[in-house]
This record gives sequence, structure tokens and C-alpha cells, in this order.
Amino acid sequence: MRLFKYMAVGFMFGFGMWKLEAISFFRIIEMFHFESFHMYGIITTGVILGLAITQLFKRGKVKTVEGIVHQFNDKDKTWWRYILGGIIFGMGWALTGVCSGMMFVLMGSGYTVFAVFIASAMLGTFAYGYFRKVLPH
Amino acid sequence: MYEYWEQIHAFISQPWPWWMGGITIGSTLFLLLYFGKEFGLSANLRIMCAADGAGDFADFFNFDWGKQGWNLMVALGAMFGGYIAANYFGGDGTAHISQSAVHTLNQIAGSDILTYGEVPIVPGKDVINRDIVINPFWNLYSWGSLFTLRGAIIIIGGGFLIGFGSRYAGGCTSGHAISGLADLQMPSLVAVIGFFTGGLIMTWLILPYILRIPF
Repeated sequence: MRLFKYMAVGFMFGFGMWKLEAISFFRIIEMFHFESFHMYGIITTGVILGLAITQLFKRGKVKTVEGIVHQFNDKDKTWWRYILGGIIFGMGWALTGVCSGMMFVLMGSGYTVFAVFIASAMLGTFAYGYFRKVLPH
Repeated sequence: MYEYWEQIHAFISQPWPWWMGGITIGSTLFLLLYFGKEFGLSANLRIMCAADGAGDFADFFNFDWGKQGWNLMVALGAMFGGYIAANYFGGDGTAHISQSAVHTLNQIAGSDILTYGEVPIVPGKDVINRDIVINPFWNLYSWGSLFTLRGAIIIIGGGFLIGFGSRYAGGCTSGHAISGLADLQMPSLVAVIGFFTGGLIMTWLILPYILRIPF
């Protein structure tokens, strides 16, 4: 039951993403063609609210459930991995219209072919882990 | 009592405006930080690989994945959320994309398949059989499509790129575009610019040709 609360958070997220049509391939194509504000609105309001929330936690105004100040880890200041990895991820995002959170939402809503998509994504992750040492970071 | 439920049901079932994204994403982020965790769903792919024994092949997967079970529960919850939203609160099951987007999609398809106001939410058969008919051209999220070349490229190829790219970049839309940008992390901004560069290249230069593969 300790883990149940995380399921509730995921439920809310998945439910919302469906209702916001963020799982829609057509919405993603629309976004990359700059033909509606919708997806940008979702991301921008998310980031703006997220910024305020992150600051509250960083400054210790809100403590975690265990009563401690949450420690944020700075991301490594290298660039190649973010540029190249970002472009590869972006191409996958636009190719299927699905990112790594939405694949779970779609799988759950009955598009069972996403089992293959998730398996393929695991293979991709494995390939990265395998070739990690030879890739520029 | 039932009347109230009807009203609530109808209220939730209508299409959500974009600003609800802030509320949904904001509360997800808040709750996960409150529980002392961080929001990033692609990490689950690494956990699932590690749980399947990938650590025997690459050190990248040798980590204490048992402690990451909470993130798998978030993913499981997202699956349930999608199920309930699609089946019980789906409304008319359409994506309310703009008229110009419908025009663009029809241009890609080369014929007027989609009608404004009647675009199904995903390019696949409606899983709960509302009165939405999907043309085979857009029936991509189906097992039948998986056994065509273009469907295989989209499902298998897309999955591979997502899995590879998110780990290479160290995060995905939730980890970089939301958590990272909200924490004003420069690397996350670079990654998000990368996401959009890749997305634009794919959408404008490659995807139309893949969709037009006739088999």
C-alpha cells in the first residue's frame, strides 16, 4: 500500500493527458506544424506552475512528507548528449506521436500494440546502455 | 444522487482546455516532489531493462532498481488513468484540432480523409466503438498495421528512437521539458531544443514519406 499513492499520482497524470489530448498523434503533428496553441499551452502552463513549485521546494518553504528539504541534482554540464539524444528522442516523438509517458497511457487505454512499442523502447534503452562508452557525451 | 453524477460525468467528459495542462502537470510534479521523488517517466525503461537482467551486458543497468519501484507504479497508474479516461470519460472521442491542422493531415494523406470536428483522438480504431470510423490510412495503432512496412517503422522504429534518445539525453518530456525546465537547468533547455529540432525534422521532412508508403 506504500506504493499505492504513486499509482494515484500516475492515474491523475494519465487521465489528464488523455483528456488534454496530449496522447493524440494528430495533436503532435499539429504542434510541429505550429497550427494551434493547445500543446504549447499545456507545456507552458506546466513549466510556469512547475517553476513556482520547484522554488517552493528548493527554498524549503514546502518540505517533503518526511519533513526534509528536497535535494535537487544539477544535470551534468556536458552538451553532446543533450543535443544528439534530444534530436533522436524528438524524431521518435514525432514519428509515432508518443513520448515515454504517453506510451503507458495508450497501452492502458486499449491500444495493445503498444506492448510492441514499449518492448522496442526497452531495446532502444538497452542499445544505449550497451554502446554508452563509445557515444559522445 | 444519480443526477449529480450525470452532471459531474458530463463536466469531466468535455474536452479539457489547455490550461488544465498546468494543473495536471503541476499537481503531478508537486505530489512527486512532496513524496521526495522526481518526475521522469522514461527512467522506467531503464528500470525495466535492469529488472530483465540487462545488467549482465552493460554496467549502465547495474543499479538498485528495486528502490525505483515507485516510478513503475506511476507508469501503472498512468495506464489505469488512460483506461478510465478513454472508456468512461472519453466524450465523443475526437481530437479538437484546428482546421488548418486537418488540412495539413489531409495533404499528407493526399486525400480528404479527415473532416474538421470528427478527427478521432488517436490514429487507430476506437477501442470502445464510438461512432467514429477510421480510414485505413490512419489506422496506425493496430496489430494489423504492425505487419505493414509503414506501421512497423512507426511502431517499432518510433519506440526504439524514444528509448534510445531519452536515455542518451538523460530524460524525456517529463524529465527535461517539465522537471528540468522548472528547475532552470541549462542542459534541459538544450535537450528540449533538441526534442523540437528532431521533431521538426521528422514531421516536415521524413514522416510524410513514411506515411505514404503504400504497404
